[in-house]
Amino acid sequence: MSKVWDIHGGIHPAENKQQSLTGPLQTVALPKTLVLPLSQHIGAPATPVVSVGDKVLKGQLIAAAKGFVSAPVHASSSGVVSAIEERAVPHASGMQAPCIVIETDGLERWAEHNAAANYRNKTAAELVAIIRDAGITGLGGAGFPSAVKLQPRQSIDTLIINATECEPYITADDQLMRQRSADILIGIDILAHILGDPERVLIGIEDNKPEAQEALAKALANKPVSEHAPPIEVVEFPTKYPSGGEKQLVQILTGEEVPSGKLPADLGIVCQNIGTTHAIYRAVCHGEPLVSRITTVTGKACSTPGNFEVLIGTPVAHLLEQAGFNEALCPQLVMGGPMMGFALPSTAVPIVKATNCLLATTAQESPAPPPAQACIRCGHCAEACPANLLPQQLYWHAQSKNYERLEAHHLGDCIECGACSYVCPSSIPLVQYYRAAKGEIRLINEEKQQSDRARIRFERHQARIEQEEKDKAAKREARKLAAEAAKAKREADAKTGAANTAADTPSASTEKSTTDLDIVQAAMARVAANKASPQDQRKRFERAIETTAARLAKAEKDLEAFTKDENAELNKEQLAQREQQRASVEQARLRHQEAKNKLAALDNEQSSEQSSEQSPDQKTQPESPTDSDDEPELDRAATAIARAQKNAAQLALMTPEQKLQKQRDSLEKRLGKARTRLAQAESEGSEQLEAFAKAVSSLNEKINATNLELASLTQTSEPANKPAQQSEETR
Amino acid sequence: MALARNSSPHTHGPRSTQWLMQQVLIATVPGLMVLTSFFGIGTLLNILIASITAVSCEAAVLKLRKRPLGFYLSDYSALVTAVLLGLALPPLVPWWLTVTGTAFAIIIAKHLYGGMGYNPFNPAMIGYVVLLISFPLQMSAWLTPGGLLVDGTPAMGPDFISSLKIVFLGNPIDGFTAATPLDAFKHNSGLLVSQFYEQTPQFSQGHWAGFGWEWVNIAFLFGGIYLLARKVFTWHGPVGMLVGLSIMALFNYDGGSSSSNGSIIFHLLSGATMFGAFFIVTDPVTSATSNRGRFIYGAMIGIILFLIRSWGNYPDALAFAVLLMNFAAPFIDYYTPPRTYGHSKSGAIIHRSKED
Repeated sequence: MSKVWDIHGGIHPAENKQQSLTGPLQTVALPKTLVLPLSQHIGAPATPVVSVGDKVLKGQLIAAAKGFVSAPVHASSSGVVSAIEERAVPHASGMQAPCIVIETDGLERWAEHNAAANYRNKTAAELVAIIRDAGITGLGGAGFPSAVKLQPRQSIDTLIINATECEPYITADDQLMRQRSADILIGIDILAHILGDPERVLIGIEDNKPEAQEALAKALANKPVSEHAPPIEVVEFPTKYPSGGEKQLVQILTGEEVPSGKLPADLGIVCQNIGTTHAIYRAVCHGEPLVSRITTVTGKACSTPGNFEVLIGTPVAHLLEQAGFNEALCPQLVMGGPMMGFALPSTAVPIVKATNCLLATTAQESPAPPPAQACIRCGHCAEACPANLLPQQLYWHAQSKNYERLEAHHLGDCIECGACSYVCPSSIPLVQYYRAAKGEIRLINEEKQQSDRARIRFERHQARIEQEEKDKAAKREARKLAAEAAKAKREADAKTGAANTAADTPSASTEKSTTDLDIVQAAMARVAANKASPQDQRKRFERAIETTAARLAKAEKDLEAFTKDENAELNKEQLAQREQQRASVEQARLRHQEAKNKLAALDNEQSSEQSSEQSPDQKTQPESPTDSDDEPELDRAATAIARAQKNAAQLALMTPEQKLQKQRDSLEKRLGKARTRLAQAESEGSEQLEAFAKAVSSLNEKINATNLELASLTQTSEPANKPAQQSEETR
Repeated sequence: MALARNSSPHTHGPRSTQWLMQQVLIATVPGLMVLTSFFGIGTLLNILIASITAVSCEAAVLKLRKRPLGFYLSDYSALVTAVLLGLALPPLVPWWLTVTGTAFAIIIAKHLYGGMGYNPFNPAMIGYVVLLISFPLQMSAWLTPGGLLVDGTPAMGPDFISSLKIVFLGNPIDGFTAATPLDAFKHNSGLLVSQFYEQTPQFSQGHWAGFGWEWVNIAFLFGGIYLLARKVFTWHGPVGMLVGLSIMALFNYDGGSSSSNGSIIFHLLSGATMFGAFFIVTDPVTSATSNRGRFIYGAMIGIILFLIRSWGNYPDALAFAVLLMNFAAPFIDYYTPPRTYGHSKSGAIIHRSKED
């Protein structure tokens, strides 16, 4: 017999276990409806992989695990998915959560499932994958995904199987051990194999379960001896609540304490509930995912209490019916044990993977708590606390919301076992205070983290702005200096004489001023060139005549295309296009004429001296202000009119609506980009998240504004188009 | 049908505050019996007057504070204060003295601080000290224990009728009083302890620590053992006090010279030692919270008790020692948290919160 250690504190409430152990394990009639919550475990809720109306088979995957700490959900019986919706789930808050609802067809048809032939030949990873895919979570009550616990980074030397079941009333594990010890041992062997056959395997069991111990001993004696398998030892220890807490059991069996904030794995220990080992056996050796569990239904409000093998998702009311539940006798229905269980809001909630007990007690059995009296600091709570805390001090600080002191008193190490509340002579609901305080501390810490992030972001933002300001100031300063230098230079140049501006001035003050000077010089050079070679000029004019002639021809042809079917009904746009075409024909003709005139003038005055009055701005225009033209004023006016017409036509084409639409299109394009950037930032948890979000929202605003403007424009589109038409008419 | 939604746990242990208070009251019975057998009905009268006063004061204050009377009166806490104060007062003190002390204890020391559970000082001890300082003459007049041979004749306490007259009509009790062993010992000068013991009737007729008083202490010790057995409190506080007192007595007892401060057994079985250790030190409201803290708290009371007994102006000093340590209890708490599961060292509270 292994040595056992004692834990601090603990209590001995009335066990009340016999009531549910009078008969064998019972089966439950198939319920019409199964309600399977997507989150029956600690971690991320599963994602549905079926849709409403789908036919599902028993054991079929209906919701896949999402992330590492998560567990899939399987259909517990065959039938049709009738809804995927929010339903009341078993939770202390009485909240609703997404569930997959299956209407059973009564056939219990299994999906295809394969047993692993010899698990000892499989790798640990393969077995862990099987356990994970079977949706197995801790069946002791907490519901932590089992596969996660079976992949420790540390090397494991001790496997502890928790067969303590220390809560009063609950006998689900007891019954399981009595009836299925051999299967349990195989499950334990699978676990041992996964963990690389640790040095010792300990089954921790309280001394109030002699029958279960006997069954285990018998199964152990009959177990075929395997060369790999480590010896399994059943360790009995005195009954005391809460010996079944993981940390407490570790202390009882090994004498070691799990350091605060660490896991048993850090001590080389893995702890699994005995019910879980059975589920693992079913998953590995039969290929069955977790679709059922053993639940104790007990309390004096049930006429036939007992243990039931029940499908996950069975409504509580259905199971209670099997145990002869009398609603009138039961003021409060508890899921779990009397120490840590929580009161159910109604009997409509389903049985979930972690439901080890339904406790339907009468008012005499568990009377409503009397009103709390003042704390007299008797210290009985500290005597009872298995974590060796000072519950009365925690209560004091929780009342005054002194979170700093609460953390200093290690509130976080409270396992909420309820021993302090149980012994409190003033019947103060201590655990309730601790839960509330823990929640508030969690909230405060989250807020603190958020504000820290915001502060850092703000500080960086400020730093960036400062840097930008500095850069700008530096640039301004540089520009100012450059301007001054340029000015000085110009003055100097003016002094030296304006005549020799063309060739010299390699003065280098700053880059900018030199480029400015370059431009001026280039323009001057062009003017000089124009002046210098009349032959070139002639050539240019000739070229211009050619191109304008070509353009004129083309424009006339295009216009013809329009005028051909002049009688055909043209819409406004086409009309506008035609007008534009006409205008461009007119312009081309004018340009052509002009070019001819210029050439003629050049020919005429070839011998005579040419005045050098040409200004750069005249040069940029093809038409030249040669005075020799007969009707130069008239010509120019004609060009202007033609251009105005063209512009008007273009304006008619491109209404403000279109402009706005164009603007909106570009904005939308930008929005799209900003959104992808935001998504990226979100996935990377970037600190610029907020900035991106802001950009998206401001773009959205702009688009909305544009849309509004657009809407108002379309309403007044008729009058808006009128000016363009009027200008056409004035022609 | 609406289901109730109480928070876990859904079951409760059998103990209540009423039960605890009842246990304390029951445990005072042996001490009360011995006191009565040696000193007559004085103590019973004290307790009666104190109880009536305490309950009336409690009811009046609760009424003023608009609290439900039945709920708070039924916790017996006022009664416990009254009984403890009644036991501590000298028998046959005038009735108004008891009323004054009790009223002060309940109204000032208890309710002005917030009532049950919030008082920083032990109400009974506050009442006692107020009386001791205000009425030193009456408070130091202890009767001669019945059966003590003074000048060869056994001392007889006043009979029932004269006791009532003394308490309620203010008749003098001068003829019945004698120095307590502690008082007598304090005023010993020039005699070796052995000689002194032989010559003083209080000691020469006693067994270990003074006639009558040793039995009073033994009776309270029995009451205390009863409470320990019922697990009303842990051993830490009382044992701490007795150890503190014993160690001081051990180091200051020079084997019986004229300037000796008394042996361990003398101190343990004299005055209010056992009464204090099991009924006053163990008041949970005003003591330290952790077991370690309670041991230190008790030990300090034992040490201060010895210091005042030996070198102070009062023959006994339980009330002063307790009140002084009531002051220090939060301070002790600060440095004596237990080592929480999974944490390497205790006493880290202050440093941890400073680090934050």
